[in-house]
Amino acid sequence: MSIQAIEDTTVKAFPAPAKPAEVIAFTAKARRRFDPIVIAGKLASALVPPVIVIALMLVVWQIACSSPTASLPPPTQVWNEAYDLIAHPFFDNGPQDIGLAWRVLISLQRVAIGFGLAAVVGVALGALVGQSIWAMRGLDPVFQILRTVPPLAWLPLSLAAFRDSSPSAIFVIFITSIWPVIINTAVGVRNIPEDYRNVSRILRLNQFEFFMKIMVPAAAPYIFTGLRIGIGLSWLAIVAAEMLTGGVGIGFFIWDAWNSSRLPDIIVALAYIGVTGFCLDRLVAAAGAFVTRGTTAK
Amino acid sequence: MTTYLKLDHIDKSFTRGGQVSEVLRDIRLTIDKGEFVSIIGHSGCGKSTLLNLIAGLTKVSAGAVLLEDKEVDSPGPERAVVFQNHSLLPWLTVYENINLAVSKVFGRTKSRTERHDWIMRNLDLVQMAHARDKRPAEISGGMKQRVGIARALAMEPKILLLDEPFGALDALTRAHLQDAVMDIHSRLGSTTIMITHDVDEAVLLSDRIVMMTNGPAATIGEVLAVPLARPRRRVELSSDRTFLRCREAVLKFLYERHRFVEAAE
Repeated sequence: MSIQAIEDTTVKAFPAPAKPAEVIAFTAKARRRFDPIVIAGKLASALVPPVIVIALMLVVWQIACSSPTASLPPPTQVWNEAYDLIAHPFFDNGPQDIGLAWRVLISLQRVAIGFGLAAVVGVALGALVGQSIWAMRGLDPVFQILRTVPPLAWLPLSLAAFRDSSPSAIFVIFITSIWPVIINTAVGVRNIPEDYRNVSRILRLNQFEFFMKIMVPAAAPYIFTGLRIGIGLSWLAIVAAEMLTGGVGIGFFIWDAWNSSRLPDIIVALAYIGVTGFCLDRLVAAAGAFVTRGTTAK
Repeated sequence: MTTYLKLDHIDKSFTRGGQVSEVLRDIRLTIDKGEFVSIIGHSGCGKSTLLNLIAGLTKVSAGAVLLEDKEVDSPGPERAVVFQNHSLLPWLTVYENINLAVSKVFGRTKSRTERHDWIMRNLDLVQMAHARDKRPAEISGGMKQRVGIARALAMEPKILLLDEPFGALDALTRAHLQDAVMDIHSRLGSTTIMITHDVDEAVLLSDRIVMMTNGPAATIGEVLAVPLARPRRRVELSSDRTFLRCREAVLKFLYERHRFVEAAE
């Protein structure tokens, strides 16, 4: 994720999550019960186009990799050789021979810890930087420099500090995903209308009440933009970090498969990673849409 | 009557980039308990600044605001403000907006059911009980301002400060709200200070009208008592001689003796 991308999203605040086309019911009666035809139509319009595109891609891939000299396996070979991985995501045959779903879950657990910490610390630091002009002058330049450091550049340092691979990987997640959270929260807090501050001053809300009752809801759209960028970054970083630290995560699985020349396994793992990342993004977006309902309206 | 609020030789100047601009000079005013006072003047004369000083949202440069002989220099719920643009929190419902104020001010002294009754009583006062579960975005501008007034009243303030509360409303809605404020003032006897730039509104609602000279370094030019009996009815007053005399006095002050400089050019 480039700097530009982060700032672009900051400016746009919280882009409304793309809602699936809503069916407008014409009568109260039609609204109450589900009309199977309408639902089927809705599903078809959402599912058919991507299915066609994926099928076309598979065909092109099959043709391109079918020659005996091709360096990458075609889809049919992937299906045949990695069938175990595709069909049985939850098998467990001992410490290093487990299904891909288990590996994804282990990686997700690391992301959950690292990203969870980043969310809490990031919102707190962002609130501080957004609230205090001196904190901003002092901390903002530091943040701006540190956030451009690539995730893996932190790894040797954290390995030295923690002397263990798992906390190091978690630290890399943390340090990767915290910057967009801090920066977006700070922008959101700086944009809280003066009137809301005046209301809280007249009510004599203390710092904590102001934070919980005014600051967080008012800045929520910005905070969730930051969280959404952050979760994407952490999923990018975990795979790279696990490739280097080893263990049982999905990243190490890819590295291991490469070392034993199991290319079909890598391709299946990539699909797992992509789908999981997509789900994470949608999860945070949905949480954001739920929490900020009504706040953006004037 | 006893002096309730005293503005004691207040000066206010803002400093920006080494430049000092004097906004208010030597403001002296005393307000009695239960009085309704309007502050009127051309835009830019510092009347909103004066209200913010009384509210404690800005600090005086010299002099003091005394409420019941005690100096006040920070904001508090005993000087509740109704803001020009309502300032309701958009993520809370009407009820929750008022509850935020009520649970902060009466969290220790009233029980949960007492607080609920108090919120509903104030919503009834502004005839907004039917919209208790609506969010500010779902109600009209006049309704938002009613809720803003209910929120301020629910703090049980010693002084109610209205900062051009009807400025953003259409004429009909404005008249309805003026009647509502008059009604509330007669029922609760709340000491009220209202900023306005509407001469009719000032005469209709006020016991006294404070007229500000033009800035910079604006001060109180004249204070006019409005000796009209309450309750006042706008239709009857429109031909009342005292009403017309007061109205003329304010108009003369604003448009003959202290014409708005920009408009005069």
